[in-house]
Amino acid sequence: MKDGYAIEMRDVVKRFGEVNAVDHVTMEIRNGEFFSMLGPSGCGKTTSLRMIAGFEYPTAGEILLNGTPIGTTPPFQRNVNTVFQSYALFPHMSVAENVAFGLEMKKVPRADITRRVDEALDMVRLSGYGERRPRQLSGGQQQRVALARALVNRPDVLLLDEPLGALDLKLRKEMQIELKRLQERVGITFIFVTHDQEEALTMSDRIAVMSEGKALQIGTPTEIYERPNCRFVADFIGESNFIRGRVSDLSAGSATISDGAGLTLRGQLVQPLTVGDEVYVSVRPEKARLSVQRPADPPANMFQVTVDRVSYIGSDTRIMVQLGQDRLFSVWEQNTRSTVDRDAYWQRGEQGYLWWPVENALVLKD
Amino acid sequence: MIEASSQSQARPATATRAAARTNWRTVLLGVHSALMYVFLYAPIVILVLFSFTTDSFGARLTGFTFSWYTKLLQDERLMGAAWNTLTVALVSTIISTIIGTLTALAMERYRFRGRTGMDALLYLPIVIPEIVMALALLAFFAFMFGIIQNITGSQLKMSLTTVIISHIAFSISFVVVVVRASLKGFDRRLEEAARDLGANEWQTFWRITFPLILPGIIGGALLAFTISLDDFIISFFTTGPGTSLLPIEVYAQVKRAVTPKINAISTVMLVISMTLVALSQFVQRQRR
Repeated sequence: MKDGYAIEMRDVVKRFGEVNAVDHVTMEIRNGEFFSMLGPSGCGKTTSLRMIAGFEYPTAGEILLNGTPIGTTPPFQRNVNTVFQSYALFPHMSVAENVAFGLEMKKVPRADITRRVDEALDMVRLSGYGERRPRQLSGGQQQRVALARALVNRPDVLLLDEPLGALDLKLRKEMQIELKRLQERVGITFIFVTHDQEEALTMSDRIAVMSEGKALQIGTPTEIYERPNCRFVADFIGESNFIRGRVSDLSAGSATISDGAGLTLRGQLVQPLTVGDEVYVSVRPEKARLSVQRPADPPANMFQVTVDRVSYIGSDTRIMVQLGQDRLFSVWEQNTRSTVDRDAYWQRGEQGYLWWPVENALVLKD
Repeated sequence: MIEASSQSQARPATATRAAARTNWRTVLLGVHSALMYVFLYAPIVILVLFSFTTDSFGARLTGFTFSWYTKLLQDERLMGAAWNTLTVALVSTIISTIIGTLTALAMERYRFRGRTGMDALLYLPIVIPEIVMALALLAFFAFMFGIIQNITGSQLKMSLTTVIISHIAFSISFVVVVVRASLKGFDRRLEEAARDLGANEWQTFWRITFPLILPGIIGGALLAFTISLDDFIISFFTTGPGTSLLPIEVYAQVKRAVTPKINAISTVMLVISMTLVALSQFVQRQRR
């Protein structure tokens, strides 16, 4: 594995008519990294990928592959390969012919092609399927052919455009693990585009969360989830309770926020703020506690609440509580004890104490 | 299934009535279909039957013979016309298939000025009356010959070449329609995948696009071929003296006397046309 960056995007803009599909994006993707671009549809992730592949050229800015600018190099001259969302396997060719296509285009000697195709099919556990036609394979198998077809070329970077989107849930989970294992084995830089946060969290070394053409935050899965840098990221990755308010007091690393309706909260700062700033306090539902008894050592954030709704979902019980005047707050309790006793679970209308330590609440800007 | 059987047990009268109604429907539908097929195919069956009769006026079925087919081969005028027709069909098909395929690709792939107008114009040869097209071509050739004579002094005449040009003129439209239909279902991402794997535009076209739209191209070519084969009106107007085409020659012979020989040549043409149509259907079904 080489040091340095496989891909660098420097202030890249892509305009389609009046719209900036990609809006001044800068990101560096390290060699050998499993990097994901995560965001809702229309966030610019696919356009970014297509620019790296060479199907689109940037309107402004620069893209570097291993330190060399590739802005307007046509796709067939870049050592980058793509696994398409729909696989795009050639229907008139056998599996082996599909996998051999890239090597043939590079004029690799016939004998080497046969050997490398066999190796590639073996790597994706499809040995013996070479003579079949793509349509004779299942979705998961077609997916693996697409992977083999790309990886056989030993690209510097492998681009994956929502490759698991068409698979059913169980197969998708299997493929996630297999993809990650494959990436670790071949050591090639993977750039993975998805709108599925769980997929991104499971597989990635680092994730870029994108929205409206901008890369809002780039970081490891833990950083993205535990230290989102804005409301959008906290909202898009996982679930969160947001309480809107203004900063009324600041101390080292934390802030006091008032919602203007009598509610005062304390939360951790993720960026410098000043008194009076309009902010959101973000609390993940699994990071708040609900107890019948008043905690002995009352934490900074503690409120008396009424249970509004209870959803038992097996591993967790998800409780909606009424916090102050018509504000609902979601708390998840893990069902660590096996019981069918009704009293062991929260009931609608019960009173309780909702609390969380300062570090479990983040003060975020919009 | 279960529901239906329990219902019929509960109310047998209704079930019987429904069954009776179904029977009537089946009978009526059968009669209707039979009549339709008689109406469509009886003349053709009669034509084929009478190509084997021994009656030289072709009016009665007096016996079975192949002699009309043998006589056919000895009729030099008819054979010459058949050869001309095949030449015209073959040459016009090849040229119109190439031009038509390229046109279809341009129309499906690119946005350019006048594209909408061109789209409409392409369908014109299919919808305008053939007699109008024939007269237009006649006028066009007369005009062009005049210009060429003024410039070079040589006098051109209507010939097999003018027929071929005319056939190309209307065949292109048919080829474009068929090829465009096959391009509509074509997944452009396959071309992107090929380019991604290192193929340039030329390689992408020959390795991916062409093989995948080939059934459409063959379908278009076969359609153009069959239409050219039995074209009468345009051929009649654009051919020159001494160069006859099969449909025209058949017409001329019928005017003199209807003999089973005409039935025989018609049967041969029928078989060729049907084979080609069946072939084109088969090829188009093979795709995907």
